[in-house]
Amino acid sequence: MARTSKRGETMLEIEDLHVAIDGQEILKGLSLKVKAGEVHAIMGPNGSGKSTLAKVVAGHPDYEVTGGSIRYKGEDIGDMEVEERAREGVFMSFQYPVEIPGVSTASFLKAAVNAVREHRGQIPLDAFDFLTEARSAMKLVKMDEAFLSRSLNEGFSGGEKKRNEIFQMALLQPGLAVLDETDSGLDIDALRQVANGVNALRSPDRAMVVITHYQRLLDHLEPDHIHVLAEGRIVRSGGLELAHELEEHGYAELLQEAGLDKAAAQAT
Amino acid sequence: MSAPEPTSERQQNAEIEALIGQDYEYGFVTDVEQDVVPPGLSEDVIRLISGKKGEPAWLLQWRLDAYRHWLTMEEPSWAHLELAPIDYQAISYYAAPKKKVELGSLDEMDPEIRATFDKLGIPLDEQKMMAGVAVDAVFDSVSVATTLKTELTEHGVLFMSFSEAVREHPELVKKYLGSVVPSGDNYYAALNSAVFTDGSFVYIPEGVRCPVELSTYFRINAANTGQFERTLIIAAPGSHVSYLEGCTAPQRDENQLHAAVVELIAEPGATVKYSTVQNWYPGDENGVGGIYNLVTKRARVMEKARVSWTQVETGSAITWKYPSCILQGDGAVGEFYSVAVTNNMQQADTGTKMIHLGRNTRSTIISKGISAGRSNNAYRGLVHIDKRAQDARNYTQCDSLLLGDRCGAHTYPYVNVHNASAQLEHEASTSRIGEDQLFYLRQRGLSTDDAVSMVVNGFAREVLDELPMEFAVEARKLLGVTLEGSVG
Repeated sequence: MARTSKRGETMLEIEDLHVAIDGQEILKGLSLKVKAGEVHAIMGPNGSGKSTLAKVVAGHPDYEVTGGSIRYKGEDIGDMEVEERAREGVFMSFQYPVEIPGVSTASFLKAAVNAVREHRGQIPLDAFDFLTEARSAMKLVKMDEAFLSRSLNEGFSGGEKKRNEIFQMALLQPGLAVLDETDSGLDIDALRQVANGVNALRSPDRAMVVITHYQRLLDHLEPDHIHVLAEGRIVRSGGLELAHELEEHGYAELLQEAGLDKAAAQAT
Repeated sequence: MSAPEPTSERQQNAEIEALIGQDYEYGFVTDVEQDVVPPGLSEDVIRLISGKKGEPAWLLQWRLDAYRHWLTMEEPSWAHLELAPIDYQAISYYAAPKKKVELGSLDEMDPEIRATFDKLGIPLDEQKMMAGVAVDAVFDSVSVATTLKTELTEHGVLFMSFSEAVREHPELVKKYLGSVVPSGDNYYAALNSAVFTDGSFVYIPEGVRCPVELSTYFRINAANTGQFERTLIIAAPGSHVSYLEGCTAPQRDENQLHAAVVELIAEPGATVKYSTVQNWYPGDENGVGGIYNLVTKRARVMEKARVSWTQVETGSAITWKYPSCILQGDGAVGEFYSVAVTNNMQQADTGTKMIHLGRNTRSTIISKGISAGRSNNAYRGLVHIDKRAQDARNYTQCDSLLLGDRCGAHTYPYVNVHNASAQLEHEASTSRIGEDQLFYLRQRGLSTDDAVSMVVNGFAREVLDELPMEFAVEARKLLGVTLEGSVG
């Protein structure tokens, strides 16, 4: 059963992770450790395995873990189903949130919140209490209440979809949030709204992994650690200065320094 | 007789069977003493049925004419169905609980039968009844109870079993029986006309808005019997009625035949809303057993009247039904909203016919087919615009959703237009339930079954929204249960 986490507890520990899809290896020995209260950013060129990392932590059935381990709050979650991980507190914000026609955002979220609550041994929220919680969570990302009665993500703009993801995170209160390219396709205002929402959800008992291609989201979020992912491994780690270095010189130079000539050539 | 020594293997099998049995919640059998006519079909059997029901001579003659016509007909084979040959001589055409029910007195009902309906969630007890719904309960061949009669009588609404209507309102039955679906209309309708046993009869007087939902609940219980009910609904000018039907049957290895006929008459300005939640036993995952649901439903819609068919079809091994509207009067409106779900080896060939005869007639067809397992699901619909039907309009939307890669979805739209002023629109789509949709929903904590149920309910929402509230909740659950375990 899910329990609350403590400040400084290791929330996510990935060791020497190898992952393949359709027989092709994407992650080749990735290791990462994220503690409660921390925000880590994963940067990297296209095709480096960033989204694979997000999906494999969430438990996507198409990805096969061929080596290494993923631990959440000290427990190996490699054999856990997608929904079990979610109920334990693993949340993924999707790069492309999926449209579900005919299903209202409210009915979907009420079911999700209550699935998590049931797992935690809490009584389910009734419609009234759910609405109260939903309203306060929506304020974080300045979402209009009208979204609750609209079909889930259907006809939402890019910015609306991303805000809807952060709204869901606010409602579900995860222990670990993996945000996959949450900044992609957003204009400056939408980016700020999303970033404000994420910042408001930073908490001493929550770990966040922010996956992004660009520095601009990181300017708003100011992560504690930045990792550069290339060829399925983390090739460099550092602080915010690493993001600025990347912005200035691009991935190619950094990858070349790391001796990854092939990846460097692809990044240019 | 001593019970055989239970081996562990046998025990195990029993456990597995019990688990499988859970899939169909209504598969139990009620142990009640029954009056069953021996299997077989002949003029003598028809005379026997008619005699048991104390019918007038004209009705017996009508049955016999239908039977003689039926003998000359052949089973239709145009549907996208694999139908095992039906041995019409192996079926018993009449089964009734032995204990007589005093009309209007639910207290004297056989407690076993009352318990059956309780178990099905249809309490016939006046205190426990669903608010605002009057129920006619049909058990095998006979109607066993009709609730809320007094309240309906105050409004002049007639709601009773068909047999009772034959006794009490023969003039209405004689006038309307066969007026929409003639006795020789098609093979199964002819068979029904010959041997029908009971069903519901509704008459709403002129200008009356029926104060409650009317509902008939059909239950097949006896083995080797067919159910041949006949429903006749007459909405006098300017009246309004909403009618619901639900159906279940025990789980049996042999196929059972259900060949019903429903006739609706909407006189000028009347509105009839007819909703069905069909959950007959669908057979097991290998296609053994299940109900053959071969049904003819049709409405005659007069000037400025409106008929709306809404159906949620989740049960039956085979479904063959096309609730239709003859839009006879000017300005008549016909609607068909359908969700048909097939799983395992189920087969459905269903749709509608909208026959536009009057001017300014309008029809809407919304069909949602959901196929899973190795099932086949076909939409078959006809839109006919007659030469007289000036300015007729039709909108058709057929959507199919596939779960898995071993099922089939088929669409057969037929269009006959004989008047150039007609406006027809047709939209169709086929989609597969998305892996990405399921992953998204599961990532938020929903189980695979709940995720499938949510996507399917969303897909069918336009139709489910047409159902009366009491039924919509049930129908939503049913969609989820029917497809449990079909993905993942």
